[in-house]
Amino acid sequence: MTQKSDWLFRLYLWLFLAYMLLPLVIMGGAAFNDSRFPSVYPWQGFTWTWFIELWNDARLLNAFRNTIFVAVAVVALSVPIGTAAAILLNSVAGVARTALYGMMVAPILIPGAVIGISTLLFWNTVSVAPGLHLSVLGQVSYISAFVMLLVLARLQSFDRSLEEAALDLGASHAQVVRRILLPHLYPALGAGAAIAFFQSIENFNVTLFTRGPYDTLTVYVFSKVRSGITPTINALAVILIAVTIIAIILVELRRRRAERTSIRTAAVTQT
Amino acid sequence: MSDLLRRYGLPLTTLICILVVFWLLVLVILPNLYLFENSFRPYLPVVEMGGPKDVYTLKNYMTFVRSPIHITVFVSTILYSCVVTVICFLIAYPLAYYLAKKVSVRSLPTLFLILTIPLWVSEIMRSFAWFIILSLRGPLNFLLINLDIIERPIRWMTGFRSVIIGLVYTYVLFMLFPVYNAIQSLDTNQIEAAEDLGAPWWRIHWRVVLPHAKPGIASGSVMVFMLSAGSILVPTLLASTNSRWFTEIIQQWMFESLDWNTGSAYAFLLLILCTVFVTVVMKIFRVKLSDIAK
Repeated sequence: MTQKSDWLFRLYLWLFLAYMLLPLVIMGGAAFNDSRFPSVYPWQGFTWTWFIELWNDARLLNAFRNTIFVAVAVVALSVPIGTAAAILLNSVAGVARTALYGMMVAPILIPGAVIGISTLLFWNTVSVAPGLHLSVLGQVSYISAFVMLLVLARLQSFDRSLEEAALDLGASHAQVVRRILLPHLYPALGAGAAIAFFQSIENFNVTLFTRGPYDTLTVYVFSKVRSGITPTINALAVILIAVTIIAIILVELRRRRAERTSIRTAAVTQT
Repeated sequence: MSDLLRRYGLPLTTLICILVVFWLLVLVILPNLYLFENSFRPYLPVVEMGGPKDVYTLKNYMTFVRSPIHITVFVSTILYSCVVTVICFLIAYPLAYYLAKKVSVRSLPTLFLILTIPLWVSEIMRSFAWFIILSLRGPLNFLLINLDIIERPIRWMTGFRSVIIGLVYTYVLFMLFPVYNAIQSLDTNQIEAAEDLGAPWWRIHWRVVLPHAKPGIASGSVMVFMLSAGSILVPTLLASTNSRWFTEIIQQWMFESLDWNTGSAYAFLLLILCTVFVTVVMKIFRVKLSDIAK
C-alpha cells in the first residue's frame, strides 16, 4: 500500500494546493485586465487603472483606517481578557472548571450574525448607539476565546514550582508575574495577538450588524459587490494577498534560519 | 481561587476576575439573554414601547412557523450545510492522513504555510474569486469548452450548487487542520501492526485511523457546519434568487424591515440550530467539548 499509492497521494496534494491557490491567482489576474467587469477571459490587455482608481477612493482609505483601529482595539482587549481567563481556568478544578471552560469556548461556536445582533440589542437597551466600538466588543467576545485556548495550551508546559520558589525567596506578586509567568507566556501572547488582529480584520458577520454608519474594509467591499462590481476590488485583493505572502515568506525565512542555527549549535556542542 | 490569591496577590487576582467577569457576563451572557428576551416582544413604534401593547408574545416565532418559505429556507440551510460538511470531510480526510503519516517532517512547515495562505485572505475575497470563476463567461466554462467536456457554457450560479462550491472552498481548511491534528497523534506502529497482520487498507482506516481521528472529525464538522449555516458572504455573492440562505432572511428583518424583534427571534433559531448540532455531534462521536475546541 505504501509505495504503490504514494504517487497518488502526492498528486492529490498538488491538486489540493492548486485548488486552494488557483482561485486567488485568477482573482489577482483580473485586477490587471483592462475590462469593466472583473474577469481574466477574454483578456483585454494589461492595465494599472484599477490600482489608481483604488488609490483615489477616499471611502476605501477611510474604511482601511477604521479596520486597523478596530483590530488594534480588539487586540488590546482580547489579549488581557484571554490571558486572565486562561490563568483563572488553570487554578480551578472539577465541575467549576468544566462549566467555566464551556462558557468560555461557547462564543467560538456561536454564529457571527447571532453575536452581532445580540451585541447590538444589549447595548441598544442601555442606550449605546451602534458604531465601531460595538464592533470591537462583539469581536472581542469570541476572539478572546482563541487567545484563551492558546494561553491555556502554553500554561500546560509551565512549571508552577518556579512561582513557588520565587515567592519563597521573597519575590513580590508583581515580580512573580512579570519575571516568571509572563516571559513563559510570551510566545502564546504573540500568537494570540496575531490571531486576534487578523481575525478582526477578516471579520464581517459581527461587524455588519454592529457597525452603525461606519465602514470597515470587509463591509466596504461587500457594499461594492452589491452596488456594482469593478476590478478595483481585485486590485485591493492583490494588495492584501501580496502583504500576506510577504509576511509568510518572512516567517518562513526566520524559521529556516532558526533551524540552521539550532543544527549548527547542536553540531558545535557535539564536537 | 485561594491558589490564585497566594500566587498573585489580591490586586492581580481582582483584576483577573474583573476581566473574566466582564467578558463572560457583559460580552457573552447578557447580550444573549437580551436576544432571547427581545425575541418574545412585539415590534412596536418607539412611543408604544413599555405601553400596554408591550407584552411577551410568541408572535415573532409564529411568523416563522406560519411562513412556508422561511421554513423551507431554514431546512435547506440545514441540509446544504450538512452536505458541505460531508464534502469537506471527504476532501480533507485523505489529505490529512497523507500529511500526518506520509509527508517527511522537514517539508511540513512549508506545506502548512502555503495551505494557510487562503485563510489569511478574507472570506469575502475568497467567495469573490469563485464569483469570477463561476460566471457564465468565466474561466471555468472557457476551460471546459476548450477541453471539449461541455459544448455550451453552464450557468453555474443557479440553485445551491454555487453556494456549496463556495462554502466548501472557504471552509475545507477548518476540517483539514483538526483531522490532521487527530491523526498525527496516532502511533504509526499501530498502522504497521495492522498491515503486518494482513489487514487491507480500507479496514486499517475503518478500524484504526478513523476511530482515532474521531475528536478531530467532530471538531472539524462542528466548525464547518456552524460557519456554513451562519455564513452571510458566500450565499449573498454566489446564490441566486431560487437559493436563499437563512442568514439572508435574518438580514432582511434587521435592515429592510427594521424589525429587530423578529430578527432576534430568527437569530435565536439559528443559535438553537447550532447548539443542537454541537450536541448531536458530541453524542454521535462520544467526545467532550474540550476535545472539540482544540
